[in-house]
Amino acid sequence: MFRYIVRRLVISIVTLLVLVTAVFFLVRAMPGDPFLSEKLRPEIRENMRAYWGFDRPLYEQYFRYLGKLLKGDLGTSMHYNSIPVTKLIADSFPYSADLGLRALLMAFVVGTGLGIVSALNRGKWLDYACIIVAILGVSLPDFVSGYLLQFVFGLKLKVLPIALWRGFKYTILPTVALSFYTTALLTRIMRASMLEVVGQDYIKVARAKGLSPVRIVARHQVRNAILPVVTVLGPITAAILTGTFVIESIYAIPGMGKFYVVGIQNLDYSQILGLTVFYGAFLIAANFLVDILYGLIDPRIRIYRRDDRQA
Amino acid sequence: MKHGENMAGALGAQDSPLDLDDLGEELFEEVPRGDSGEADRIVRPCLTYWQDAWLRLRKNKIAMIGLGLLAFYIIMSLVGPLMVSYDFRAIDEAQMDSGPGPLHWFGTDTLGRDMWARVWVGARVSLSIGFLAASLNALIGVCVGGVSGYFGGRLDMAIMRLIDVLSGIPSLIVAILVMVVMGAGIAPLVIAMIIVGWVGSARLVRGQMLQLKNQEYVLAARKLGASDARIIFRHLIPNTIGLILTNVTMAVPYAIFNEAFLSFIGLGVQPPAASWGLLARYGAQSFRVAPWQLFIPAFFISTTMLSLYLLGDGLRDALDPKLRS
Repeated sequence: MFRYIVRRLVISIVTLLVLVTAVFFLVRAMPGDPFLSEKLRPEIRENMRAYWGFDRPLYEQYFRYLGKLLKGDLGTSMHYNSIPVTKLIADSFPYSADLGLRALLMAFVVGTGLGIVSALNRGKWLDYACIIVAILGVSLPDFVSGYLLQFVFGLKLKVLPIALWRGFKYTILPTVALSFYTTALLTRIMRASMLEVVGQDYIKVARAKGLSPVRIVARHQVRNAILPVVTVLGPITAAILTGTFVIESIYAIPGMGKFYVVGIQNLDYSQILGLTVFYGAFLIAANFLVDILYGLIDPRIRIYRRDDRQA
Repeated sequence: MKHGENMAGALGAQDSPLDLDDLGEELFEEVPRGDSGEADRIVRPCLTYWQDAWLRLRKNKIAMIGLGLLAFYIIMSLVGPLMVSYDFRAIDEAQMDSGPGPLHWFGTDTLGRDMWARVWVGARVSLSIGFLAASLNALIGVCVGGVSGYFGGRLDMAIMRLIDVLSGIPSLIVAILVMVVMGAGIAPLVIAMIIVGWVGSARLVRGQMLQLKNQEYVLAARKLGASDARIIFRHLIPNTIGLILTNVTMAVPYAIFNEAFLSFIGLGVQPPAASWGLLARYGAQSFRVAPWQLFIPAFFISTTMLSLYLLGDGLRDALDPKLRS
């Protein structure tokens, strides 16, 4: 186990480097450059290109970027008047993570709960009620559900603040709006996975042994069915914690979601790359954690034994 | 393997349950000799896995309702725009934002264009992108994830890290680059969605493979000499078909809204073309003056999801070996 973790950490760093390399060259392959604004005079544009090192060969720029990256420097944003990208992230990430954690927790509790209830009541009205909630959750995209919630609870009923981030009351609407899709996804996945499990022989044995229904569900069914939920939660956690563009802009939350879109719109190379490094590290760590959790949830799964023998 | 061991212990504790000597002669019946040809004859026709599944599916009324509604939407996407005299692009300044009525069955949009025509023209884009992207994603994901999880070890490590890299690349960059190479349109949209989209189902299937590959039926199949490909695609995949189908049905709305987002920022279908996602997107903007502009496309998206769900649930019953009686 320990050897696997060490090996996996090394591989994670390599993976991150490959990701940075891929994005570095993909971004440069996009048409245009950050200084194409018509307001710039040609000689100023040349100066700026020289200042950012764009007149150098691409491979030289790449190695210079890698060198700075290894020292923990993500460069400065080209769009936001040369603010360091690390500062952009440090200022906005706490808001995104706060909102993201709330939404994630809510989606996990409600989603797996609804999935369990609907699988145990398959074909009855309770099952259909859960499914309708799940279908509505995916049928309304976030820009519609976010706006509708704001309209109904903020403007019409006036029970919750329509925007900003200043205390618990402000968190409710964006949390609900952000968690919709994930809740629906987890409900559907948990239901499908539970249905695979309920007919298994060990459930019949557990029932025959006279275990209480609660114990059967909690210890035997959920533990065997939760694996796919853990699988999808890996990348979703990384995506939700690092900010979402639509919900944050509807509710005027100063998170980092906007930087992805703005960065690509402005072709702000250092901003795009910095966010990729940040998000990529999250993603790789989350999927790492998922693989470790597999073995803890289901001891039959040993992803590391075979690896170590070959190593 | 905790629960399985319990069961094996319970069975092993009993002695041989059937003692042949205790059974009376009257329980046995002599089979006439030379008649084995008649007794062995297979009366029912041989059915393949898929024929069998189709027979089961056809008996499932709820699933057939879902299939029927989907078929209806597909047919309407072809004939619907022809049922009204309005072109989906025709702007009518006198009829801006007018509600549903005898003149315009679904009302008009902010430019006075007939929503009925736009909904069914939009169905062509949304349904084809949704089904195409979702099914191709699942196909690639099932193959890659199945192989990765089943073989494990270094191959699994390499494939999963490749997936980490692919899902770390901002999807907007991929979409833009595909458009740069291929131009805007439905095919580039679908390709862009597949490049970043298959990884989700691959991870899901791989996780299931890790959990299932040590089951007894896999061991049995291997001992009987089944090839790896046969074990993956005939034994393991059918046993996780419920999750795969769920994932496909969830990928359809995702693709529909992804198309709407990419089209909205100018990377997908270009105005005056329509799609359900785009109609909902513009409808959300004028929601307070003309709510039907949001609710009509939202209705079609949700009922499509509902039919897909009903069909998917029925398909799972038909395809999953564990749920067969």
